[in-house]
Amino acid sequence: MGSSGGRRRSGWSVASGTLSLCGVTLCCLACATALGWMRAPRQFRTDPPLQADLGNLRLLPNRIGGTPPESYFALGKPYEKVAYDLSQGKRLYTWFGCATCHGDGRGNIGPSFLDGWWLYGPEMISVAASIRDGRPHGMPAYRDRMTNDQIWQLAGYVRTIGAYGPSVSATARNDDPQTRPAENRGPASILFEQGPAGMKPEQGPSP
Amino acid sequence: MIARRGVPLPALLALPLLPGCTGMQSSLDVGGPAAGELRLLIVSFTVICGIVWLLVVATLGWALLRRRPAGTGARTQRQLTWAVSLSVAATAIIVAGLTTLSFLATRSLGGGDGEIEVVAVGQQWWWQFLYPREGFQTANELHIPVGRTVRIRLESADVIHSFWVPSLSGKMDMIPGRTTALTLKAERPGVYRGQCAEFCGLQHSHMGFTVIAEDDVSYRKWLTGQAQPARPAATEEIRAGQAVFLAKPCAACHTIRGTTAVGTAGPDLTHIGSRRSIAAGLLETTRGTLAAWTADPQTLKPGTTMPLVPLTSIELRQVAVYLESLK
Repeated sequence: MGSSGGRRRSGWSVASGTLSLCGVTLCCLACATALGWMRAPRQFRTDPPLQADLGNLRLLPNRIGGTPPESYFALGKPYEKVAYDLSQGKRLYTWFGCATCHGDGRGNIGPSFLDGWWLYGPEMISVAASIRDGRPHGMPAYRDRMTNDQIWQLAGYVRTIGAYGPSVSATARNDDPQTRPAENRGPASILFEQGPAGMKPEQGPSP
Repeated sequence: MIARRGVPLPALLALPLLPGCTGMQSSLDVGGPAAGELRLLIVSFTVICGIVWLLVVATLGWALLRRRPAGTGARTQRQLTWAVSLSVAATAIIVAGLTTLSFLATRSLGGGDGEIEVVAVGQQWWWQFLYPREGFQTANELHIPVGRTVRIRLESADVIHSFWVPSLSGKMDMIPGRTTALTLKAERPGVYRGQCAEFCGLQHSHMGFTVIAEDDVSYRKWLTGQAQPARPAATEEIRAGQAVFLAKPCAACHTIRGTTAVGTAGPDLTHIGSRRSIAAGLLETTRGTLAAWTADPQTLKPGTTMPLVPLTSIELRQVAVYLESLK
């Protein structure tokens, strides 16, 4: 009698253990789903005043480096880390014919983005200034062809092509076979251990 | 008064739904042979399944109301065996028969070659139509001649879309990196509405287009007109609008043949003034809607790839006048 009661009690404890395990698993799943459900806020419409302010690049006299406008920081630097903006940048890269000179990112008649060598430095502001104002030796100015937020989106994307640090957000992969390491790979430093290729006078002036 | 005694309430409630059976975008308002076959399918499915459903419900009701007989003897058992074997055999025969029939029947709706070929490219969120023989492209408006089969080659530039003109044909997916095809044939002239039928992102619901089926003469006239470059600016205001269009980012994404605007990311605007709608069926083409769309596309269609290009009110008016003049 006693032993049968004990067996029943141990049966109960197994059942309750299983149940609580299931409960914990379900809770974890629910949390994971909720986390996955949350997405970075994306901004489709840039108010005209904000749009105008995003064009106030505070460049140094040499027009190479500088500081992005205040509104850029007030927005929370979305163009560097929001996957939507990076993806829009990727579309702009195709639409505005960047591939004509820069190829798939490895460079062609224009400099490569993958060799770890940024002629004007890897900062957002320098890349954005290069796109907006153009650079000597063939880089055209896109000031009148793109809106200011598009310039920032494209700059953010260009920086991810040759990113050396890890990032939690990236664009989607291509539908076509990859011809070079994808944007959502591990940081490029792992892939290119040989380091920067060095000065390339044929690709532009010395920084 | 319509609500008299004797008219059942459900029938009255269903009345407002009836206009859905006709109009520019309805599988039941047939404009071509493929849609006719589909309507036959819809009607026969509804009628046959309705009859079967009524029979089943009636049998169920009868079985529920019937009193159970006193004893379940060997006779009931035998009846049960018969009933079960009969239904199993009937199911097997029907499935086998329909499978055999499906090999004999045509499987594609209106397949085969067409007399005219048009390329339709699905874009987020608009339709690009290319007429390869005439060498021009247009957007969100497809013209076809009545009574001739038109083969539409379907492609996609970004994600999967689906080409669907309910009054003319069934649906066909547009898959990136792959070409599919569909033939359209309109038997009567008219304006038919098409819609993307595969969820393709934020503005999927605002991805519509118009199919205009017209007689051969007006179709030829339309082709000739569309193949022309844009008409030169006639007035001072139009000329100013053109200058704004070319100087601002507009020209980087849009083509207007006959000018230096050669962008390919957005729709070709060479004859935008002649199209019935802008922004893929979102708005009717008028000077006002063109101005509204240019001023703030992201409010009218959030997420669309057209950015908000800051323009002054004068520039905006000039651009709208210019675009409207592009007939």
